[in-house]
Amino acid sequence: MDQQATSHPFAPNRTEVERTSDRELVVTRLFDAPPRLVFRAWSDPELFRRWWVPQGIGLQLLACELDVRTGGGYRLVFAMGEDSMAFHGKYLSVAPDERIVWTNEEEEDGAVTTVTFEDRGGQTLLTFHEIYPTSEGLEEAMKGSAAGLPTQLDQLAELLPTIAG
Amino acid sequence: MVQYALPSLDLSFAALADATRRGVIEQLGRADASISSLADRFQMTLTGMKKHIAVLERAGLVVTEKVGRVRTCRLERGALAAEADWIAAHRRLFEARFDALDRIILELKQEEDDGPASD
Repeated sequence: MDQQATSHPFAPNRTEVERTSDRELVVTRLFDAPPRLVFRAWSDPELFRRWWVPQGIGLQLLACELDVRTGGGYRLVFAMGEDSMAFHGKYLSVAPDERIVWTNEEEEDGAVTTVTFEDRGGQTLLTFHEIYPTSEGLEEAMKGSAAGLPTQLDQLAELLPTIAG
Repeated sequence: MVQYALPSLDLSFAALADATRRGVIEQLGRADASISSLADRFQMTLTGMKKHIAVLERAGLVVTEKVGRVRTCRLERGALAAEADWIAAHRRLFEARFDALDRIILELKQEEDDGPASD
């Protein structure tokens, strides 16, 4: 597998986003650093909070608690004007420098997210994979509620201005 | 009432996770149709088709209208456009995130290079 990407600090690699099935979203990106550094930026709360919430979208991260190990949990609290919202879940599986799997429990039938860090000759191929529940489970949930809560990403994405670039 | 411009993603995903419902969407993309004609076409009971249509309606993908005794279904085209918008919004979000992550990783690399030689 030849990577065509020539990486350069001032020319970030392309972020690919696709729906690989009716229930799955996959985002990939190549980073010019070994997996242990990318994993560190993802698992250290002080580093994580610096990039997870894009600048300039009026969102403030009030709390960012990450206990990145199998069985650990996380809690992110955002403030948006008067409102605040919390996102939380558990780490189902953590393999340092390789993989993190977590649940999204702020909504019923939330997605399960897996992020993997693959070494590509000193660079890291990062794959962010989200899978939504089965239609059966969700239909049951839908019978009880008129509309599912929008996902965390929906809420964030709606706040994003058009980012040039 | 949903107060969001985009349909809830998981509702749409669930609605489209079923082959019959995808077929119904495809069919309605060609022409509006009554629930009974859709039931005939997909060889299922009227009750079964009504359930499928209800799921598609809740996801905002289909609109139904009763005229006399016939309930007609049509595609809510805006919803499919919203799916595309949703993907585009995700791309913007992750690009912004990963550009920031790139900068942090570069810092970490430089710290390592400048720090005491460890290897």
